[in-house]
Amino acid sequence: MSDKIISGIEQAYLKSGIPDFAPGDTVKVHVRVREGEKERIQVFQGVVICRKHGKNSTASTFRVRKISSGIGVERVFPLHSPMIARVEVVRCGRVRRAKLYYLRGRSGKAARIKERRRA
Amino acid sequence: MVNGLIGKKIGMTQVFLDDGRAVPVTVLRAGPCVVVQRKTTERDGYEAAQLGLVEKGPDRQANKPKRGHFAKVDLPPTRVLREFTVSGDDESAPGQTVTCEIFEPGQKVEIVGTTKGRGFQGVMKRHNFGGGRATHGSMFHRAPGSVGQSAYPSRVFPGMRMPGQMGSTRVTTKGLEVVQIDAEQNLILVKGSVPGARGSLVLIRKPNTANYKR
Repeated sequence: MSDKIISGIEQAYLKSGIPDFAPGDTVKVHVRVREGEKERIQVFQGVVICRKHGKNSTASTFRVRKISSGIGVERVFPLHSPMIARVEVVRCGRVRRAKLYYLRGRSGKAARIKERRRA
Repeated sequence: MVNGLIGKKIGMTQVFLDDGRAVPVTVLRAGPCVVVQRKTTERDGYEAAQLGLVEKGPDRQANKPKRGHFAKVDLPPTRVLREFTVSGDDESAPGQTVTCEIFEPGQKVEIVGTTKGRGFQGVMKRHNFGGGRATHGSMFHRAPGSVGQSAYPSRVFPGMRMPGQMGSTRVTTKGLEVVQIDAEQNLILVKGSVPGARGSLVLIRKPNTANYKR
C-alpha cells in the first residue's frame, strides 16, 4: 500500500523517452549547466560502467566513465534529474557483467569493449 | 486556525526541485482530521482544538465514554484523538474538518513521532561510547568503563549513561521543510527524516514562532 503511494509521487518526477542503455554502452549525456543566469548544454561522453536503483525510481542513477586528457573521469547522473537534457546511445558494447569497475584498472587497448549488434 | 494535524508516516523517497537538486523526503499522510472538541479559556483554562484522525471507518472498539464523547458532537468515533493549539481568532467548531491545506510548501514544521524500538542496548550503540580495542589482548571491548570515583562519593551519580532500553520514545523533530502538498490524497512531503517506523502515528505541527529568537 505505502509503496503504491510512494511510486505515485515519484511518477510525477520520472521522465519518459529515456533510451534503453546498459553497462558497456557508450553514451552522450547532455547536461544542463547553469552559469550565472545563462544555461547551456554540456556533453559528457563515455562508457556506462554501472546502473543503480532500477529504472523507474527517482533514485535511479548511472555512472559514466571517460578518459579526459589522459585522466580517468567518472560522473554519476541521476537518470530522471531535470539537469539531464538528453541521453544519446552512441555505441552498444558487449559485456558480461553488470558493473564494469574493472575498467578503472585498465587503459588503452585493454579497456576496449566489443561492439554488440542490436537485434 | 488549528496549528497541527494527525498523520501517518508512509515512507521515504527523493524528489527533484526545479533547479535540479534532488532532496530526500518523507511522505506523510496527514489527516483529514475532524475537530471533536474546542477547548476554551472560559471553560477549560486554555485554548485548544481536539482533533480526531478520520480513517476508513469509525472506531468499532470505542468504549462507552468515548462513544459518548463523540455522540455529543454527533460524529463517528475515531481511534486517534490529539489536542493542538490554535492561533489567532480561531473559529473552528466541532464537526469541522482540517486538512493538509493548513500547511504550504516552503513552510517549516515540527514532527512528533515514536522512534523505532531498539530494545536493550549497550552503551556503544545507545550513547555512542567509543569502546575498547578489538584485538591485541585488550580484554575491553564494548563495556562502559568507569562509572565514577571511589570512597568519595561512594556512589554513582544520577544520570550516568548506561546500557538500557533504546528507542520507542517520543521525539520531536523541528525545522523540517514542507516540500510538496497533495491535498487530493492528503499527502505532505517534508524534507529529511521523521522519527518512527513506516505506518506509525505522527503529529505535524506548525512551530510556535513566539519561541523563536530571530
